[in-house]
Parts: sequence; structure tokens; C-alpha cells
Amino acid sequence: MEFFTRHKRFWLIAPAVVYIGFFMGLPLLQMAYVSILERGTNGGVNWGSLSFDAYISFIFDRDLMDNLIINTDYLQIFLRSFELSALTTVLALILGFPTAFYIAMQPQSRRNMFIFLVTIPFWTNILVRNYAWMLLLRNGGLIDNLLNTIGLDTGGLDLLYTPYAVSIGLTYTYLPFMVLPIYASLEKLDHRLIEAAFDLGANKRKAMTRIILPLATPGIIAGSILVFIPCLGAYVTPELLGGGKFMMIANLIGSQFGAARNWPFGAALGFVLLALVLIAMMVYSLKFKKLPENAS
Amino acid sequence: MSDRDVVISARAVSKRFGSGPNAVLALDDVSVDIYQNEFFTMLGPSGCGKTTLLRLIGGFEQASSGEIALEGKALNNLPPFKRPINTVFQSYALFPHLTVRENVTFGLEMQNMPKRDANCRADEMLELVRLAEFGDRQPSQLSGGQQQRIALARALAPAPKVLLLDEPLSALDLKLRKEMQIELKRLQTETGITFIFVTHDQEEALAMSDRIAVMKSGKILQIGTPRDIYETPTHRFVADFIGDSNFLQGDIHQNGNDANNTILALPGGQTISLAGVAENPSRSAQQTSATIAIRPERIILAPQGSSETALRGTIDDVVYFGTDTTYHIRLDDQTRLLTRVQNRDGATMPFARGDDVDVTLPAAAIRVLVD
Amino acid sequence: MKIDRTNPIWRFHGITPMAIFFFAYLYLPIIVLLVLSFNENRLATIWTGFSTQWYSVVLDNSDMLRAAQNSLVIGLSATVIATIAATLAAMGMARGRFRGESGVAAMLTLPLLVPEIVTAIATLLFFIVIGVKLGLISIIAAHTVFCIPFAYLPIRARLDGMDPALIEAANDLYANEWQAFKRVTFPLLWPGILSGAMLSFIISLDDFVISYFVGGAGSTTLPIYIFGMIRIGITPEVNAISALMLIISIIFVSISFLIDRIRY
Repeated sequence: MEFFTRHKRFWLIAPAVVYIGFFMGLPLLQMAYVSILERGTNGGVNWGSLSFDAYISFIFDRDLMDNLIINTDYLQIFLRSFELSALTTVLALILGFPTAFYIAMQPQSRRNMFIFLVTIPFWTNILVRNYAWMLLLRNGGLIDNLLNTIGLDTGGLDLLYTPYAVSIGLTYTYLPFMVLPIYASLEKLDHRLIEAAFDLGANKRKAMTRIILPLATPGIIAGSILVFIPCLGAYVTPELLGGGKFMMIANLIGSQFGAARNWPFGAALGFVLLALVLIAMMVYSLKFKKLPENAS
Repeated sequence: MSDRDVVISARAVSKRFGSGPNAVLALDDVSVDIYQNEFFTMLGPSGCGKTTLLRLIGGFEQASSGEIALEGKALNNLPPFKRPINTVFQSYALFPHLTVRENVTFGLEMQNMPKRDANCRADEMLELVRLAEFGDRQPSQLSGGQQQRIALARALAPAPKVLLLDEPLSALDLKLRKEMQIELKRLQTETGITFIFVTHDQEEALAMSDRIAVMKSGKILQIGTPRDIYETPTHRFVADFIGDSNFLQGDIHQNGNDANNTILALPGGQTISLAGVAENPSRSAQQTSATIAIRPERIILAPQGSSETALRGTIDDVVYFGTDTTYHIRLDDQTRLLTRVQNRDGATMPFARGDDVDVTLPAAAIRVLVD
Repeated sequence: MKIDRTNPIWRFHGITPMAIFFFAYLYLPIIVLLVLSFNENRLATIWTGFSTQWYSVVLDNSDMLRAAQNSLVIGLSATVIATIAATLAAMGMARGRFRGESGVAAMLTLPLLVPEIVTAIATLLFFIVIGVKLGLISIIAAHTVFCIPFAYLPIRARLDGMDPALIEAANDLYANEWQAFKRVTFPLLWPGILSGAMLSFIISLDDFVISYFVGGAGSTTLPIYIFGMIRIGITPEVNAISALMLIISIIFVSISFLIDRIRY
């Protein structure tokens, strides 16, 4: 059964697809093209003169003699971004899995409420969310006050503008993305499989490691990707909680369109980031989408 | 019976789900002994408590009151992974991420059996259920019947003292179900393990069981061999649920003190002699009315006028079933009876619609019911 | 899972404490922010007494009001365009497969996949090259892109949950395609459309990164204005304005959530 005939369906779908194609597809292609252009002398680009300088300058600097010397500044920003994203993913998993499991074990009527509670922060403004953490983390902020009150005079932890702050903020921002897919896989897990494991002599820990975790793996992987990928492209959290001192990839990209005025380099970085995301998604859909589904 | 070893004994077990006014009493003061090496079936309609009792034995639920013991030792509150009892789940509950062999070795590994021995035992079990060559498959690649056998092999592999089977055949088609009935009976005999089987299918229960417990509304109404249950049901529900039955209600009249002169007077005025009918032990002497049950195939039909004591009736309808023919009879007082006659001589049918007949209810076939 | 939680076999150690910690972590900052927004003290994090003065200060701020107005114009425009496009697309995509369907589906959800910063700079470069003036129009155009999937997904979910026999029944009773849509599909679909539209609106209202890059002078949105204030420092005004943003978002999501639960 179709709502409309084939020929009409085409015209229904066309506006959205053409719109996205024009305002997102074309810009992305153009960005890829700009990344292999020569940088203009006053910012901008020299259209038509191809150059791989943008990609080369990612790793190398030119010294006064025009020799290439290795420059690890940018690599370090990439590395830091990966580290922070990996750490965030692990933290989100440690917090997210038990929570998803907890929600999946609730009576049906209460689950939607919990899921709603998990998603609310996602829909609130990202600046506001990070700002709230600034209130908590800053010197003399609430966490310091709290520690003082309970008698731990730390003299101010000075947590704001540290990698810890960025980590906490990133975890906070992307946590719901971890819980939802794990919940989805746990929710459809047939509880009789766990009973069967108990029946066959598995205690709770073994039932967890041998049955529940393996069956929740597709959700765990989906959740990890959903946390890791946007983390890698995070802009606001390092800007606010890192205080600009802890640049991540997105901040580096952004700065090429501000003070640095190096469009090809910014475009190249953007292209690399996009490629990483698309490759991760492709690997995921090829490798994990075809896992045998829960046979309930 | 008492000289046999009791494996599972339930004493005054009740199970309440929920609380307050919405509470449901799933099991109501149930006591039962299940013996070593028997095929014990709990039979009843959905909601009768049979699955709840099974899950209590398995340790998946906790009794609200009462006690369940395994070989004399109380099992109460022992989690399922500490009970030497295994279950074949209704949905099979095969682990979808493990191969067939890994499913079968799961329970063995949980008991810390070395991998090699476990694999050996698994292959033995797969042999036993005739799926020796399927060890490396994923459960999802097997048919329903094959999955069923794997579930059996998995549950039998750790050599449990008791095997619980929760309507395991309900998802199979008729032909496969018949095959599996024979297969289950064979496995039970070969392994010597006590099987406790739950079903709502009376035919299945009759075909496989050593003993059957018929359950209704959280209570066990009758326990007995298939033959007991079929031939001498004590309750109207039992007689009705297992096979077809005719029920006749009437007043009891006794001539003098001779029990052999007891008659049942039907509302329409016809009488049935209860001389020689086995008394239901729970019927009280003061009882003035009773319901009797008789199986359709035990009723004897004859052309009218051939008997003095027979009831008189007319054939209302004739339904041909191949192996037998069913006659719907209306007695003169409008009571309806169902009778079944085997078609020994396929070519002729003794009666036709509209025929007047004499209906004899042999004393040996009549059961006086409790209610 | 459908389990009897009173049974101790379902009690896994550590699950409940972790879940409690999770929700505390999730809601503590939000609650702290809301509480501090009512703090009378000039020093934003030291509580001295209840006051709503900072809300009055913020609501009297004409720059802030202009930014809010910009956000509203952008949000409404992007939502209307995106919801119409998304509804049509969902109708076309639901039921019946066609060649290239997975490609089209990928295209419709592409905006969710591309990192915001990449969308931002790619769109910025694009607008510069084709000569679009950076301002409200450019932001609306960019917001519409990522609003489409947010509207599309709930509408599509509704359509997929609809019994196809309903349309067949309407057709059988002599309704043509348009009549069937107007009398059957749309009345069943509107909660999905409304819910999708509200989600689009929040996403547009909350967006910072893309507006920041593709906006220009005079197109300051509320989040950009807030960002500017945060950059300067933690002040009670920021607390109040942040709390307002927070409350508006939560109200909108709640309504969207409730609408999406309407079932017949």
C-alpha cells in the first residue's frame, strides 16, 4: 500500500532532498574544493590555483629557507580531541549503561517518563548547559563551596578551564546519546534469556557478562559512536569550559575563519573531520547493522 | 505410591501477584508430590496457575506462602542458578549470540566443567536430540522444531534432577507436535529425569504423562494417571476439560436402604438407575441432587423399543468424522446428549436424523461428580 | 523486558546507585542554575536572598529583546519551511520501497550526521561565494537544513505506525488521494507534524554554532547574545537569561512530548 503513486511520491520527496542538496551537499563539495586551493594573500582563496598546502601545513611548517619541518601543534590538537572524546565515551558508557539497564527494568508505564527525563537536557541550549557547569566548577563556585562546607579545605580546586572541566562538560552534553540506544537494545531483550541463564547456573555477574552485555553490544556500539563523533566536533564546551586554552578540532577549524583567515586550511580540517565521521558511520553500518538480531 | 521417592514436594503453596485490591491469587494453597522418574503434567486453561507453579519450582518467582522442597530440602528463596533444576522455556529462550553448541555448553561452563568435557557432553546431547551436525549453527538458522530440540539438549546437558517444560510444543504445528510428544517421552525414559510438563492441551497431556494434575483457578482439582483422569473424573470441570462429556443433573431417590436401588430422577421425569455406579467418595450421604457425567462413546444406542429401562430420545443431528460418527440426541424431556459411535463398518450408518432411539447409560460408565 | 521487580533475582548490584548518580549529574546543574537565577546578590554564585530583579533587568534590556526577536523570526521561518518539506517527504517516503530509497533517506538525515562546525564553515564559504549577504536570511536558510530531519523523523514514525488498510478503506469508500489525505491521513498525522515542528523550533532557537558563523551584523540571535555575555563573565543577568532559555526549551519539549503521545 502506498499513499501516493510513484510519480507523485517523487514530487513529494523532491523539495526536502533538493533543499538539503543545495544548502548542504553543495557547500560540502565546495568546502572540499576550497581545501585544495591556494590561500589568498589577504585571506580568502585564489580560485583556480590548486595546491595541497592546506594538507601539508597540517603536519609541516616551512622554515625561512622554504624547507618543510615537522610541526606537531595541529597533530596535538587532533590527538587531544581524540583523547577527550574517547575519555568522554568511556565515562558516558560507565554512567549510561547502568542507567539504561535501570530504566529497562522499570514497569512499562514508568519507562517513558525516565526516557523523557534523559532527553530533556539534550533539548536545552548547549550554551546554557555549559554555563551551568561554569557556575559549579569555577573557583569559588558551588563545588568549591560544597567541599569547604563539609570541611575539605581544598583552597579552591580551580577546575574551570582545565581538561577535566572539558571532559565533565562533554560527558554531560552527550550522555543522552549513550543511554538511548543502549536502552533500545535492552528494552527488546527477552527477559527469559536472562532467566534461562540463571536456570543454567549463571549467577548475576555471569548473566551480565555472558548474556546481557553481549546482547546489548549493538546498542553500546551505537551509543559510543553517537557520543564519540559529536564529541570530536565539539565547539562550545572547549570554548566555554576550556576557556579557549584547550582547543579541540572544531575550535581550530573555527579560528581559521576568524583571526587566522586561512580558508583552505580550515576547509581541509573540516573535510578531514567530515571524512572521519563518514568513515566511522560507514564501518558501523557495514559491520554492526547486520548482527543477528535478538531472536525474541 | 508412598514407597516411591518424592523429588519435588509443594506444601500449601500460594502465590499472590500485586497487592491491595488488584492482587491476583495465582496459586491457592496447592500441595503436590512429584515422584522420581515420572512424567508429570500440569494441565489447565490459561490463568489456572500451572505456569506459576512451574516458575516457583524453577525459582523464577517466590511463593507468597508455603514451601517447595527438592528431595526433602526446602528450596525457598534459593535463586534459580543454585537449583539443580532446568527449564525448557515456551519461547525456547536460546541465546541468539551463541552457536548451538555454545548454548548447550553454557550450563556446563557455569558449573566450571572444562571446555573439552563440556563440548564432549554437548555433542552427546545433540546426538540425543538427533541434531548432532548442527552444533556450529546459529539458533536463528534453525526451524522451530529444531530450536525446540536444542532447548531440550541445553536443559538436559547439566543432568538436572528435574526438567521443567513450559508449554514447549505450543509453537509447533500439529504434525511436528505429535512427533515431539513421542520424542519427549523417549527422552524422559532414556534419561530417567523427572519431567514436569505444563500444557493446556489435554490430548498432549494424555499422550505423554505418567500422572496429570488438572488445575483451575489456582487449585489442583484432581491428580491421577491419564486413565484415572479420563475415566473417573471427580469434578465437572475435569470431565468437561478433558475429552467430551455429557452432564445430567437430577434428584437422587433411594428406595429403602439398598444403595443398589438409588435412582437419578431427571427434571423431565425420566430416571436413570445408579445401581452399580462407583460412588464418588466425597459425595455425602445426605446429598439429594447430583450431576452425573458420561462419555459420548460409552452411551449405547439401540432402535426404540429394544429396552425397557432405556431413556427415549430422537436423533437430532448426525455428524460424520471419518473414524466415528457423532449423534446429537434429544431425549423426550428435551435434555441433549452427545454420543459417538465408531465406524467399524464404514459403509453403513446405523441411525439417521429423525430416528427414535433407546439410549442406555451403562452403570460402569457413569460418574457421580462432586459439584 | 517485562519482569517482576519485587523478585530479588532481578536485583543487580550497583545499578540503582548508578542510575541515581546519573540523574543527579544530569539535573544538578540545571537546578543550580534555576535557583541562582533568583539570587538577589550581584555575585552570581553566592546566595543571599530570593529576588526576581535580574529577570526584570534582562527583560528591560533592548539588545537582548532584539536578539530574542531575531531568534523568533529565524525559528518560525525555518520551522515552517522545514515542516512543510519534511511532511511532504515523509508522505513520499512512507510505504513501498523504491530504487535509491536508502540514498534518499541518507540525504534526509545527512544534516544530523555532519558535525556542526563543518556545516557552519561549509555554509559560510558557500554563502560568501554565491554572494548571499550574511544576516537573517542566511541563518534561516542554514537552520532550515538541520530542522528538516528533526521534523521528518517524528512525522515518518507516525506514518509508519499507521494501518495502511485505513487509506485502502478510504479509497474503497470512494475517497480520492487528496480526500483520503485530508479526511484520514492528516487527522491521524497532525500530532506527529506538530511535534516535529516544535522540535525543529527548539533546535533552531538553541542553535549557536551555525548562527555564529553564518550570521552577520544585525542578526545576533539569543544564543549569540548569551555567548557574548558569558565571554565577559558570570553575572546574575546571564543566570536569569539562561534560566529563561532553559524554561522555554523544557516547556516546548514537554508539549511536543505530550502531543506525540496523542493516539486514537
